[in-house]
Amino acid sequence: MSATQWPLYEVFIRSKGGLDHKHVGSVHATDANMAIEHARDVYTRRMEGVSIWVVPSASIVASDPQEAGSLFEPARDKVYRHPTFYEIPEEVKNL
Amino acid sequence: MYTQSLDNHGQAPVDTAAEDAQRCAQFQGRVDLDERIEPKDWMPDAYRQTLIRQISQHAHSEIVGMLPEGNWITRAPSLRRKAVLIAKVQDEGGHGAYLYSAAETLGVSRDELLEQLLSGAAKYSSIFNYPTPTWADVGAIGWLVDGAAIVNQIPLCRCSYGPYARAMVRVCKEESFHQRQGFEIMLALARGTAAQKQMAQDSLNRWWWPSLMMFGPNDADSKHSAQSMRWKIKRFSNDELRQRFIDATVPQAQFLGLSVPDPKLRWDEQTGHFEAGPIDWNEFFDVIKGNGPCNRERLEARRDAHAKGAWVREAATAYALKHRADGLTRAA
Repeated sequence: MSATQWPLYEVFIRSKGGLDHKHVGSVHATDANMAIEHARDVYTRRMEGVSIWVVPSASIVASDPQEAGSLFEPARDKVYRHPTFYEIPEEVKNL
Repeated sequence: MYTQSLDNHGQAPVDTAAEDAQRCAQFQGRVDLDERIEPKDWMPDAYRQTLIRQISQHAHSEIVGMLPEGNWITRAPSLRRKAVLIAKVQDEGGHGAYLYSAAETLGVSRDELLEQLLSGAAKYSSIFNYPTPTWADVGAIGWLVDGAAIVNQIPLCRCSYGPYARAMVRVCKEESFHQRQGFEIMLALARGTAAQKQMAQDSLNRWWWPSLMMFGPNDADSKHSAQSMRWKIKRFSNDELRQRFIDATVPQAQFLGLSVPDPKLRWDEQTGHFEAGPIDWNEFFDVIKGNGPCNRERLEARRDAHAKGAWVREAATAYALKHRADGLTRAA
């Protein structure tokens, strides 16, 4: 870490209790505590959150978009995983 | 708008045709289907470089844009106006941060971008090279400059590049407050004493034409527009957006009882639009080239702030290294 190039942290905000943390952007900081303070200043100036996660960007492992086809292919033809796949007579209720 | 001059920093733009033609065609196909492009997706190098220039110039504009208004924080006429102005200037810093963050997803570092700004290599919007000698200028900037920015930025919320579009959604939510507080300042002055109303008029006189120039050259002279439109980075032409701004703003000036400093301005019954007089593009290109009233002052202020903050950055780095072993709060 040099005096200028601080590590990048990805910022996730829970907008209110009961909802998931959602990715909102990133900040540079010397450490995680500073990242939280910067995330507060940059992403919650209007009460946008009740909780902040920061994660070093270098720690995130992502799938490769070039391989999205083969990665997600196994789910493509399994339409029987959806309830609409099954034909039930109309007179049957609560199903 | 905030990226009026997409210069190439001396590098020849990469020839898209030289890249894998099939990939480029697939990419264009995705864009045509209104799919969003995300950081790890393949993209033509020219698309990447165009976005880096546009997003970073936009970010620089937000950061330099803090200066003309920051000039009035200590002299705001009431505690309410001061609190509002501080919040507004802080927002501009925040907008710069969102945008630098979006630019970095394209593989450029924050340091490089900052260096381009401080060295004078990067451009920022010409509008911030005009001075703010009176309090009315704070009103005029909010009303006109932020008003023009909103017109430009709303279509950018649907830009083909995901991180830029998402940053713009956030920015647009905040700009509306900026424009309304500016109009409120103008309204207070317009309804005040004769001297206050004159101050508002003088400010409108000085900011009107530079605000129209923010949309960039006329369509016929806009070098980069066609490709940006194909890539859906840009969705409307400079002249279309400028017309939208004029149509929205002229009635607001009329409400204030102020006159727009354009003797040729007239309502066109047939088109349903206001028709404005010609813009002095010599002034625009002169300011872009660095000869505006405040170009030198703005860059010096940025360099000065950066140099004076060096000890803070160094201390923060030293502190972090020393405490690296400390435990961190776990995510919950």
